[in-house]
Amino acid sequence: MAKTMKHVDAVCVGVGWAGSIMARELTKAGLTVVGLERGAFRTPGENFVLPTVRDELKYRLRLDAMLDTSIETVTARHNPDEVALPMRRWETYAMGDGLGGNGLHWNGITWRFSPSEFVLRSHLTQRYGKNAIPAEMTIQDWGVTYDDLEPYYDKFEKLCGVSGKAGNLKGQIVEGGNPFEGPRSSEYPNKPLILSQGGIIFMKAAKSLGYKPFPTPASNSSAPYTNPEGLTIGQCQYCGHCEFFGCEANAKASPNVCLLPVLLRDPKFELRTDAYVARLDYDKRAKKVKGVVYIDRRTGEEVTQPADLVILTAYPFNNVLLLRLAGIGEPYDPHTGKGVVGKNYCYQTVGGVTFFIEDEINPWIGTGTSAASIDEFQADNFDHGGLGFFGGGYICVSGSGGRPIQVRAVPPGTPRWGTAWKAATAQWYNHNLTLTTHGCQYAHRANYLDLDPTYRDAIGRPLMRQTFNYRDNDHKMSAYITAKAAEIAKATGAKIVANPQPRTGNFGATNGQATHHTGGAIMGTNPRSSVVNRYLQNWQASNLFVVGGSAYPQNAGHNPTGTIGALSYWSAHAITTQYLKSPGPLVHA
Amino acid sequence: MSDPTIRRRSFLQGAGLAGTAAAAALSGGLAGCATGQTTQTAEKPGAPTEPLLTLTPSEAAFLGAVYDTFIPADQYSPSGTDCGLVTYIDRQLAGAWGSGARFYRSGPFRTGKPEQGYQLALTPREYFAVGIAAANDWSRKTYGKDFDRLAPPQREEALKTMDGGKAEFVDFNSKRFFETLYQSAMEGFFADPIYGGNRNKVSWKMVNYPGLPATYATKAEEYRGKKVSLPPQSIADLS
Repeated sequence: MAKTMKHVDAVCVGVGWAGSIMARELTKAGLTVVGLERGAFRTPGENFVLPTVRDELKYRLRLDAMLDTSIETVTARHNPDEVALPMRRWETYAMGDGLGGNGLHWNGITWRFSPSEFVLRSHLTQRYGKNAIPAEMTIQDWGVTYDDLEPYYDKFEKLCGVSGKAGNLKGQIVEGGNPFEGPRSSEYPNKPLILSQGGIIFMKAAKSLGYKPFPTPASNSSAPYTNPEGLTIGQCQYCGHCEFFGCEANAKASPNVCLLPVLLRDPKFELRTDAYVARLDYDKRAKKVKGVVYIDRRTGEEVTQPADLVILTAYPFNNVLLLRLAGIGEPYDPHTGKGVVGKNYCYQTVGGVTFFIEDEINPWIGTGTSAASIDEFQADNFDHGGLGFFGGGYICVSGSGGRPIQVRAVPPGTPRWGTAWKAATAQWYNHNLTLTTHGCQYAHRANYLDLDPTYRDAIGRPLMRQTFNYRDNDHKMSAYITAKAAEIAKATGAKIVANPQPRTGNFGATNGQATHHTGGAIMGTNPRSSVVNRYLQNWQASNLFVVGGSAYPQNAGHNPTGTIGALSYWSAHAITTQYLKSPGPLVHA
Repeated sequence: MSDPTIRRRSFLQGAGLAGTAAAAALSGGLAGCATGQTTQTAEKPGAPTEPLLTLTPSEAAFLGAVYDTFIPADQYSPSGTDCGLVTYIDRQLAGAWGSGARFYRSGPFRTGKPEQGYQLALTPREYFAVGIAAANDWSRKTYGKDFDRLAPPQREEALKTMDGGKAEFVDFNSKRFFETLYQSAMEGFFADPIYGGNRNKVSWKMVNYPGLPATYATKAEEYRGKKVSLPPQSIADLS
């Protein structure tokens, strides 16, 4: 039987980074908040412990910490005229679920986006002329600038105890950091992690070509650290089991370690796990979301949670699904370019080059991040005149672990099996590195999310349908920056450099790379081109905020989590300092 | 078919490379030799040493022959079978993964583009059953025998044909099945021994992967750039 819970001030749908940050900031402002998490309760100290946490098969191959596709998955196709089919198991990327979301088992790479990314259309138009951006590239400005977000990036980095080296302190370029980053108000809270052998090799080669390599910013704590919430993060053990694994050392920042212990002690906050939000309770006439309806997985009951403020803090696919099911906002139509919900779904364009070298790499000593990166080919840090594409990415060296089911490159031409394969595997396991080119994925008119007409999830809702392919811009960008990576690989003195592997051809459901999905409920300056305003407030329902990667108008070359953290704090600040005083639209269309 | 005794001996000669624990792995075989008896393993190369949970005898024979071709006994490791790979896949297929847990299995089922990934209604257990039957049909048509009855050079040739997408199985994608077999071999060979393969951590010794506990905060600098040989430890070693 359906039941209705006691009314609360705010409800967060999904308790990962965005949900935890929003809940914390709102309870601090005196609101009562319920956090609904469809997955299980879990903590690193209980669910991810030695020795069983070091299980590559369980966590990396069988994806034990990720969402069960029999409950919910995504259908995929390349173009709007094709039939989408379900990803029957995660073969290219995986969605997370459970307390902490993907924030529990990410790698911890914590970037700020380049300042030009936030004003992308204006910036490119200004630099390259008003006809430079192809019609099908539906990129737009965010409505928020780097300078707006800087204090909130800073806050998130301090929450996580990010290890790194500033390259731009209040406008002063600092030796050893990333000279291309936006001005920072303060240094990283933790010193950089110990540089690996791969990092030393990469830095030397990159410097020999005139680049300025720097330690990749990492939410893997280089030393024990107490964050502003008073919570302690342990020291990274360089175990090489980060992404898809929880951290038994509590050294990788996660909502579970950095925020939830405080929230769970707060009587104003109530966490409900196994609470699978099915839909929003939307009053179309009043333009108010009255609450959310979820299924309590422990009882099977349908439960309504009324709230004054509803905050969607789930994965982009789920944020968009809930909007579509509620009929909030006009669905995007790729043929007319009209509508906004589902628009500008973006992914990541990753390539790389592997090389073989005499040095002892010891890849099993690893952290979640690559040891070092360069940002010369990120965003618009280089002149795109005449190149035929926009955007870029960073180049970094592998270093996240030598887990042997997956990490054991052999030189080109090696047989795939038999004694010769074993000989090469034994010879080169400890002597290879990969330079990854982690590229942006700019919005394209035909890449979007909508409701699948055929396939349904376990509770009868349509699956999200991903219409996505790599487009001309992605291929050209990846080819360009991967060729640059190959030059660095050659400059290492490698014995063998394999053929560069830029991203080519079609998106493949079997072709694994990042779990970085963005867009679909994008932010912007007006309701005709965006789902939420610069404060992540929905244009239709002013008591609805849609927070997370779903708000990115396009995806940058840097990993997305740092910006999710910054946007969450930014949005929470707007709610607590503006919205609560006078509930209603914070930006007038 | 190679003489199992010779195969064992040639492996023992190379076992020093892999360290003492690998030799200890063969203590049963050594003891058998010393008393003039042979263990069941030595007698039946390709046969699993653990009782089977789900595989039929002919399926186990097929997989043993495939894994022994991918991973022959040599100076680097014992054969795939002797590393426990048949046991590994038997347990995987008998468990939750094999019966399709965490798979989206609602219809309609359509072929789709290759980039749309796995679209069959079959669970992994069913997929292996159908694939092995199709492979043996093709092997009989091509070579006159089931795959496990082929001599090693023919097994090699047959797998290369499948890998190259040239093996014409009836109503079954041979290349995709090959990749599934290959992936299962790599998983069984390199995964923690708790799953039944990688017996005695033989693959970890082969590549010098130290396994657990992997806590290097105080060693990351000391070990950097140096050749380090740590006796690998598995989940069971630390349990």
